[in-house]
Amino acid sequence: MDEALKTELGRQGIFVTTLEELYNWGRRSSLWPMQFGLACCAIEMIATTMARYDLARFGGEVFRPSPRQADLMIVSGTVTKKMAPAVVRLYNQMADPRYVIAMGACAISGGPFKQGYNVLKGIDRYIPVDVCIPGCPPRPEALIHAFMTLQKKIDGQPLTGEGRPRHLDAGARGEFPVPVYGEHDLEPASNPGVWSAPKVKR
Amino acid sequence: MKTVEEIRAAIEAAVAGAGVEVVPNPSPSGQHSLRIEPGHAVEVARFLRDDAELALDFLSNVTGVDWLDREIEETLPVTRTVTKLVDGAEQTVEEMVEETVKRFEPGFLEAVYHLYSVARKHGPVVLRMRTVNRTDQVELPSLTPIWRSAEFQEREVFDLYGIVFTGHPDLRRLLMWPGFKNHPMRRDYVEPDDFEYEPTAHDRVLERALAHQSAAELAAAEQAVSGGAAASPAEAVAQPEARQGTEAGA
Repeated sequence: MDEALKTELGRQGIFVTTLEELYNWGRRSSLWPMQFGLACCAIEMIATTMARYDLARFGGEVFRPSPRQADLMIVSGTVTKKMAPAVVRLYNQMADPRYVIAMGACAISGGPFKQGYNVLKGIDRYIPVDVCIPGCPPRPEALIHAFMTLQKKIDGQPLTGEGRPRHLDAGARGEFPVPVYGEHDLEPASNPGVWSAPKVKR
Repeated sequence: MKTVEEIRAAIEAAVAGAGVEVVPNPSPSGQHSLRIEPGHAVEVARFLRDDAELALDFLSNVTGVDWLDREIEETLPVTRTVTKLVDGAEQTVEEMVEETVKRFEPGFLEAVYHLYSVARKHGPVVLRMRTVNRTDQVELPSLTPIWRSAEFQEREVFDLYGIVFTGHPDLRRLLMWPGFKNHPMRRDYVEPDDFEYEPTAHDRVLERALAHQSAAELAAAEQAVSGGAAASPAEAVAQPEARQGTEAGA
């Protein structure tokens, strides 16, 4: 529908919407994050939910302690190789539609521990990430910005056809392979269905 | 507090045949350490804790050190009997010759303990213990029965260096998972090659990242950066080093 006409009708006291808009408005306004933190970024995440930054203004204050009730996984902190299978398993246990925010340098790429022996080089090697927040740790404003970015993304998702949310796509895979502890590293080291190495540009 | 030499003497007096050796530290801190024999380590530790004057009741830190096998080359003056012409007649004389000797020193693992006294407000006293080698004889006595705080730290040393602490109540890996085979802090540890993507790669890391890409991909990346001027992958590796050099100069 024409945006100008809609505004005009709104001024006259007539509200017009689409099912898609209404549906996505409901989804984006009640994103329930999962209540778990991995490292220092979690402290910033906690600060974001408290009175000063108040994530409740965006409908994201209902942190659920169970993956079954959560829509959003905020990977806040360093994902060690020992922790990675647990994170993937938690993601698998979340019901669609589900979204992931990788918060901070460690969750994106391993951060300062990237070349260490025990840190995963980014959670995107195993699960699809919707929004990445750089920073070490990111400020609460950055998390709010990521939240708004995710809300925009949800708003833009059509309910049918290409790019529809995964819970409306019968063909979408629900489960992602959980890496196992190998003798020298996690096996497999990444999920090729989700992640392929970007090219080094020099 | 007593000096290390005095502590050494006190230990020798209290524990017969303890075989304590002072390992000097030439740095300005002068924090010399005491190397103790694994056979007497528990007795020595108990003495250090219970002695009224030392009263080292707080174990602050346990760590490991990996010493690789070394081949030491030394030039030593050697006296040899040589037969040669002296004043027109053949004689047997003694002669000093410089000789290069190669000595093989086997590697070992070392556990280092830092002790303080809360009661007497002094410290640190540094203890060292060495294993026989770094392959099959890697046992050291655990000091957890003396200082309880050693428990997790010895587990960590076991995990990362592979020192087996006999007498430890619960010797399992601490940071890595149970099926993990390596000891990551050992100097010959080979890390898994997951260097497919490094956003700010340089030096050795850049080499490893580039090794994951085909020659065609590298050439394309080069062309994108240099605007058509062909450059070899070797130059791409050398570039960041050159940049580092200018930074240091500036």
